Amino acid sequence: MSAAVAATAMRAPRATGHGVWSLAARRLRHDRIGMAALAVVGVFIVMIVLVSLHLLAANWADEPGVHYANPTFLGPGPDDLAMIEPPPGHMLDLTAVDPLAPHYADIERRARELETNIRPRIRTLPFGGDRYGRDVLKKAIKGAQVSIIVGLAAALVATFIGSVLGGFAGFFGGRVGDALEWLYNVFTSVPYILLVFAFAAVSGRGIGSVIVILGLTGWTGVYRLIRAEYIKHSNREYVRAAQAIGATPLSRMFVHILPNVSHVILVQLSLNVVSFIKAEVILSFLGLGVSVDSVSWGTMLNEAQSELILGKWWQLAAATFFMAVFVTAFSAFTDSLRDALDPKLR
Amino acid sequence: MTESAPKAPLLSVRDLAVEFQIAREAPRVAVRGISFEVPANRTVALVGESGSGKSVSAMAILRLLPDNARISGSIRFEGRELTTLPAAQLRDLRGSAMSVVFQEPMSSLNPVFTVGNQIAEVLRIHEHIGRRAAHARAVELLTEVGLPDPQLRVHSYPHELSGGQQQRVMIAMAIACKPQLLIADEPTTALDVTIQKQVLELLAQLRKSHQMSVLFISHDLGVVGEIADEVIVMQDGIVREQGAVEKIFTAPTHPYTRALLACRPDMERHPRRLPVVADFLAGKEPDLHDAVRVPRTDQEVVLEVTGLRKSFRLRDGLFHWREVPAVEDVSFTLRRGQTLGVAGESGSGKTTVGLTLMRLHQATAGRVLMHGEGGTVDLLSLSEAAMMPFRQRIQIVFQNPYASLNPRFTIGHILTEPMALHGIGANTGARLAMAAELLQRVGLPRDALNRYPHEFSGGQRQRIAIARCLTLRPDVLICDESVSALDVSVQAQVLNLLLDLQEEFGMAYIFISHDLAVVRYMADQVMVMNKGKAVEMADAETIYRQPRDPYTRKLLGSIPRGLAGRIVG
Repeated sequence: MSAAVAATAMRAPRATGHGVWSLAARRLRHDRIGMAALAVVGVFIVMIVLVSLHLLAANWADEPGVHYANPTFLGPGPDDLAMIEPPPGHMLDLTAVDPLAPHYADIERRARELETNIRPRIRTLPFGGDRYGRDVLKKAIKGAQVSIIVGLAAALVATFIGSVLGGFAGFFGGRVGDALEWLYNVFTSVPYILLVFAFAAVSGRGIGSVIVILGLTGWTGVYRLIRAEYIKHSNREYVRAAQAIGATPLSRMFVHILPNVSHVILVQLSLNVVSFIKAEVILSFLGLGVSVDSVSWGTMLNEAQSELILGKWWQLAAATFFMAVFVTAFSAFTDSLRDALDPKLR
Repeated sequence: MTESAPKAPLLSVRDLAVEFQIAREAPRVAVRGISFEVPANRTVALVGESGSGKSVSAMAILRLLPDNARISGSIRFEGRELTTLPAAQLRDLRGSAMSVVFQEPMSSLNPVFTVGNQIAEVLRIHEHIGRRAAHARAVELLTEVGLPDPQLRVHSYPHELSGGQQQRVMIAMAIACKPQLLIADEPTTALDVTIQKQVLELLAQLRKSHQMSVLFISHDLGVVGEIADEVIVMQDGIVREQGAVEKIFTAPTHPYTRALLACRPDMERHPRRLPVVADFLAGKEPDLHDAVRVPRTDQEVVLEVTGLRKSFRLRDGLFHWREVPAVEDVSFTLRRGQTLGVAGESGSGKTTVGLTLMRLHQATAGRVLMHGEGGTVDLLSLSEAAMMPFRQRIQIVFQNPYASLNPRFTIGHILTEPMALHGIGANTGARLAMAAELLQRVGLPRDALNRYPHEFSGGQRQRIAIARCLTLRPDVLICDESVSALDVSVQAQVLNLLLDLQEEFGMAYIFISHDLAVVRYMADQVMVMNKGKAVEMADAETIYRQPRDPYTRKLLGSIPRGLAGRIVG
């Protein structure tokens, strides 16, 4: 008994060698919903990697299907050619007056000798086809690459900039705070689209530019929230106590206060991912986003507008489904992360 | 006044039980079937320590408990059964017929609205008066509760007011609609003694003039004795003793009541160790005889402060700044093993003195000379880097144990951080071993290292904060209101611990408190501060027997003294 107590006492202090973050990771591992969400996000990440390596959906731009091919589970739609009715009346035999009539057999024989690479258009595709007969499923998979990279990377950039600047402004206040507030005011005084245009004019087109544009323009909301949190926390006694034991300002900011405001940052991050995936659509629509020869969930949604009138809903469904699954999983994951970071909710 | 006996009480509580359902655990019982009555025109006090269920009982009356609370029993207010009253009708009662002053003024006030707005809101909801009239009433109410500069303060945000001032705003909000029943949940706990006296007098006077009843919840029997007509002593969700105030004070029958009466330091008795509740419950009658405290003047001087000044710059307009003095010309010397008590009310600058000594505030002028083996150094002249080794020698324990520990750190992390910063201990393992020893020294188990601050009670957290300071083996320990937030019995334990540690490590204390009885118990020398100035300084005995300064006399006269200090409303 006493040996067991001694053993616990010896073992107990060991675990505390870990910091805030590794303990949070351990708590996260016990959260089933969080781990499931992380698995879904992981599947998407793996998908993006495979797409980037041209192992998946590499031939998304092919046009194997007919114009607006039906999804397989709906069965083939009505055949356009079959719909042309034969003309009424008797068929006339024109052999006698047709000058080419003697050559038909020869033409057919020669035609058989020729090879052609025009494959017949498929009537149905796994999840339907778009206007050009491209496979919607492959488009959605390929589109995930652009959308998720843009959404995640831009959100990370924006949240990072906003958190760091907000932290400095809130923690130090005074001149630093004033200068950063001035920067914030300048940024928010310019209309958003104009600001985006200005950045786009400088940085050109492409995924990288979209990330930079969204990251550099989207930090303001996070900045304000984090600044407020830091103002609140920098006067708390635990921060004073850290100062009393000699912790440097940077250590107080990032070691002591950051874990206490991390929930705000995480929520902002997941909100930003969603809004930036949507913002990429707007940018693409304005001709400032990804180029016309690539695909994203945003461009798919854009195309879907006109298709819906024709009753072709599958492109919208595919893009929405992929986006919804990813966004839900990502939000659930950040929620779990937030809970894991809060020791009170163990 | 004729007290007609058969008249129905204003509030009648029968067999009230409250339990909380937390997640899927077994329900936690907070109140286990209590019954009491609040007659019209009377002040009834619910007394007990934290966790006794006194606040939960009071909140159950207004059904202001969280959704996971299950209330059983009966609560009748003017003949209406409150437990089954529809929410809309209850809402009409709340704030008008019954109002509450909450325990924590900081979280009870909305930080984003001015206090004037918040008072006006109550008036506009219940009395339907205009914006201008409500504002004028707010100023009146703030004047009534003794807030200085009410015309200006009405535009302040809660964080711009001190804790005491915030609580006064809360009281102003509660009395705004002239309720019949005022539920005051620890209303004066955060207030200065002189203000506490004023507020108690105000409550007594309001109770009389508005013909209302007060349900007064407090942990402090000294206060209760001054204001209550009837006292209900609660512990662990049950009523231990109930009766008229004279009976409770002169002939308490339950040992818990006797313990509560004894474990608070008072001005007359001065035992070596304060008795704690456990002693009484175990049936022991602790030694309450005075122990003569010999002031230690033979020890070497560790800290010498001369002409310390601190003023804050407040923004006043866009480019203009205003100097606000917080501390003016404070001087003292402190010897090893000696305790300097700094007494004063909120805003007196006593906390600023502590923070400035620690260089948590930049001093405006003065010298803080630290004597030691390496010679004498003026702490105020050092750069931040040069200050680092001296941070080890002077440490501080803050007031609020709930705020002074980082909620995201384990206790192990909290205790080893200062050691790591100052290079004490070879590695994390060695530091954790030292931390575990210190935890045991302050009376906590070793396995506390792996736990988080929220898992501990206020008293335990304050022990952890003390242990954090001890990791650095300081020569000077500043206790800034360190026991003010604790229950009396816990306070007694922490004070005993501080005395033991002082004896063991020879630390000098600067014991800052608004509580004169506690200062008297702890200190060898006492400095009384008022509005940034040290108005009087003498050894503890002298200052309490022959106070020279009128402010000191006023302060001493305001100490709650139970029945002896009875307020006649």
